[in-house]
Amino acid sequence: MSGVRVLVGTRKGAFILTSDAKRERWDISGPHFAGWEIYHLKGSPADPNRLYASQTSGWFGQIIQRSDDGGKSWHQPGTPPGEPTTTPEGMPKGESNKFVYDTSAETGKPLTTHQWYDGTPHPWEFKRVWHLEPSLTDPDTVYAGVEDAALFRSTDGGKSWQEFSGLRGHGSGPHWQPGAGGMCLHTILLDPKNSHRIFIAISSAGAFRTDDAGKTWQPINRGLHSLYIPNPTAEVGHCVHRIAMHRSRPNVLFMQKHWDVMRSDDAGDSWQEISGNLPTDFGFVVDVHAHEPNTVYVVPIKSDAEHFPVDGKLRVYRSRTGGNEWEALTKGLPQSDCYVNVLRDAMAVDSLDKCGIYFGTTGGQVYGSADAGDSWAPIVRDLPAVVSVEVQTLP
Amino acid sequence: MIRVTLPPHLRKLAQVDGEVHLDVHGPVTQGSVLDALETRYPMLRGTIRDHVTHRRRAFVRFFACGEDLSHESPDSPLPDAVATGTQAFMVVGAIAGG
Repeated sequence: MSGVRVLVGTRKGAFILTSDAKRERWDISGPHFAGWEIYHLKGSPADPNRLYASQTSGWFGQIIQRSDDGGKSWHQPGTPPGEPTTTPEGMPKGESNKFVYDTSAETGKPLTTHQWYDGTPHPWEFKRVWHLEPSLTDPDTVYAGVEDAALFRSTDGGKSWQEFSGLRGHGSGPHWQPGAGGMCLHTILLDPKNSHRIFIAISSAGAFRTDDAGKTWQPINRGLHSLYIPNPTAEVGHCVHRIAMHRSRPNVLFMQKHWDVMRSDDAGDSWQEISGNLPTDFGFVVDVHAHEPNTVYVVPIKSDAEHFPVDGKLRVYRSRTGGNEWEALTKGLPQSDCYVNVLRDAMAVDSLDKCGIYFGTTGGQVYGSADAGDSWAPIVRDLPAVVSVEVQTLP
Repeated sequence: MIRVTLPPHLRKLAQVDGEVHLDVHGPVTQGSVLDALETRYPMLRGTIRDHVTHRRRAFVRFFACGEDLSHESPDSPLPDAVATGTQAFMVVGAIAGG
């Protein structure tokens, strides 16, 4: 019987929530990696038992964890405990938590700086992995979006990582600067119809696209308008919070920007605002219904200073028209005195019929809807602050 | 035999309880102790000092015999009491919220 597995990253560990296809009764496992920040977990579309997790700490840095059995057990792919650290030939084995910016003469030059908060040049410094995006076809290939913003890839199951330096080396790199959460590459969308095309987004540089499998990149921010930067229509500098697509039409993108909900119908070459009748168009998450490419979900947040729902009412908004016309979804969600946030990687959809929607809050609740958002129920209420939510639809 | 204490996060990562005991060949310095620690527990690479530069991570401190050794050279000899195993070399997470 089919079911779902919801992967939840929190400030103090990871949790795995599983249910059958009815999505009424849930088993909770965790905390995994208790005490560590788990920025993101995600399963491989090519092998549902292969999971990757970003385990991080301001004290002790970055750890990559991998599971080959659906989250029952985990290991660091590059450094299994008890094994020698070198091969019989004396070469170091993979180091799965080693993210080193490319400084090679062939591909890593010229080195640049980015802008610090005060506009002064600042060297790139690796801090953490925000997002892990497994390949659509190969369980051993996985992409990592990191802070300070760069894109890495592993092709050996997370044992070692190499940077796509063409992104950071794009001519605009010296003008990128961090948002409030740091200068993070948080969104990675792999085009299911074109293996050479990848979309990424950076706070706060904007969105970029490659059409040659990561060698070169171009900014795709035309049509974005951001009043909080000196040139509101600049080529880069926009604080994109999240981008989503439906796999059936990867040229159509939906974006939740710092302010404004946007849509592109030409793979990011141009954007139009679709905020329409939303009560506020600030927010972090955006996602698309699994079976209805024009049905989009956002969670409006009051403002960039007040990171909580308007009027203390937690409402998901759904548009069935690809934007502009939005309806509030409130059944089962708190409609008074609710002042949580929903962070950018904390919403996901399953592909069951009916489509399930899940999101997590900074108050530690994970809400689920088994009817495409018409009604909601908390799966868990009292986790640590939720950073990310992903879901796997199991056969 | 060198005794090393680790903060709870790193003990969990290395799957050890209590102190770690290491054999260090040659001069007993911060660098040689950390080399031995990372060889025995490769999952700790990058968590105490940078992978490439081997510089101490900003929120990690080193203590031994009641002294703060965080800013000592990695090549400076550690106190005799550490080298003889009388006292432990302490890897400590800075207290800065949590």
